[in-house]
Amino acid sequence: MLATSFQRLPLHDLHVARGGRIVPFAGYEMPVQYAAGVMKEHLHTRAACGLFDVSHMGLIELTARSGRLDDAARALERLVPQDIVGLAVGRQRYALFTNAAGGILDDLMVANLGDRLMLIVNAACKEADAAHLATHLADICTIEPLADRALIALQGPKAGAVLARLAPTTAAMRFLDAAMHDVMGVACFVSRSGYTGEDGFEIAIPLARAAAIVTALLDHPDVLPIGLGARDSLRLEAGLCLYGQDIGPDTTPVEAALEWSIQKARRTGGARGGGFPGADIILRQFEDGAPRRRVGLRPEGRAPVRGGASLFADATSGEPVGKVTSGGFGPTVNGPVAMGYVPAALASPGTRLFAEVRGQRHAVAVAALPFVPTSFKR
Amino acid sequence: MPTKFTADHEWLRVEGDIATVGITAYAQEQLGDVVFVELPKPGRQVKKSEAAAVVESVKAASDVYSPLSGEIIAVNDALIADPALVNSDPMNGAWFFKIKLADRAELDGLMDEAAYQAHTA
Repeated sequence: MLATSFQRLPLHDLHVARGGRIVPFAGYEMPVQYAAGVMKEHLHTRAACGLFDVSHMGLIELTARSGRLDDAARALERLVPQDIVGLAVGRQRYALFTNAAGGILDDLMVANLGDRLMLIVNAACKEADAAHLATHLADICTIEPLADRALIALQGPKAGAVLARLAPTTAAMRFLDAAMHDVMGVACFVSRSGYTGEDGFEIAIPLARAAAIVTALLDHPDVLPIGLGARDSLRLEAGLCLYGQDIGPDTTPVEAALEWSIQKARRTGGARGGGFPGADIILRQFEDGAPRRRVGLRPEGRAPVRGGASLFADATSGEPVGKVTSGGFGPTVNGPVAMGYVPAALASPGTRLFAEVRGQRHAVAVAALPFVPTSFKR
Repeated sequence: MPTKFTADHEWLRVEGDIATVGITAYAQEQLGDVVFVELPKPGRQVKKSEAAAVVESVKAASDVYSPLSGEIIAVNDALIADPALVNSDPMNGAWFFKIKLADRAELDGLMDEAAYQAHTA
């Protein structure tokens, strides 16, 4: 790698003071783990509550020049295959920027705040996403990346009780509710969502008050700070895609098994069917299926099978039929878990395949995702 | 003979012409929670600095290099059943393998404890 300067998170010093081990990630210096270690951090998040600093991610406000939210929603639908017009005020949904080949430019969350849309995008894509929005929507919308916020995720079964002490109005929120809430006297964007499969919140806090609010959250005995290591094992167990690894410009939403994210209104015959980049390819795959599919993989032994490993149909011979895109050890599963792409004919749960690790083929079974049941507050 | 160390964070103790090899406390601390260990087959001939075993944490896989050339004569099966032993007892109970030395002269290039402390400081 060329010499690169890494940006620091706004709360960098707080992470170091709390024992965070800092590593480079997506152009940022990020805590990969704290003193508790990845295993304990993972299990604590599933049992109680973990706090993640995800301030590297991008927040982008989209506002219609007309002042009518509906105009911004319609404009955004030109770039994503999701139903944004039908997204109610105070609600959030998962979305995808697609390209003309039907591939995925980024995955994101979109919230309807009544007077504007709030987009949360991946760190490594945020500049490209803002440029993409400006290129295609600047005639209809103003596009404002927000750099003066810390973005915190509070995840786990105790997250609701922990946040309610500092922000009582959040107690009434349900999964994928999103709105401005008063947190310790500060107006913050709060959504009831996350990247772990657990109940929880993402909270965008104005920088001037971020350290005070994060410290107050971390001072709660049920809360531990959680690094990137456990963030990855938690999302993997939850079957959630990591952009750039499990999905990207060369994978379509149908290949990636993300059909659920494309609502009826945008499918063939829907009220606003098509009209997004790659619609012809993606909607045809809805009808005909895609030649390959993202699936869960459970190695039969104890050896972790990691991203990049080739998949084979046979224990000894033949060419690769697919590839592992993410894999590792699942602390809650208490065993290795992975996901990857396989031919459609080999995508049924229970299908036995072989992953090559250090020159040896290890049996893996295609498995339903997620690996652990989700526990959202619906 | 006192414990010797490599720059790659293996330790070894030599008795006669047999060396017992493991990874250092510093190495396990850097790796984090160990979830899987792969050991060489007894009888395998290894060269100095050849990858002889694998240790995997939640995050990543790392090679364990043989500090010396020789024949693997024993492995610690306890690590297969309980990989976390590498974290809890790296310098004793979590030895990885024993090797019958082919060339005692290779011992000369190893670090003593003071040099290893300086290496990891």
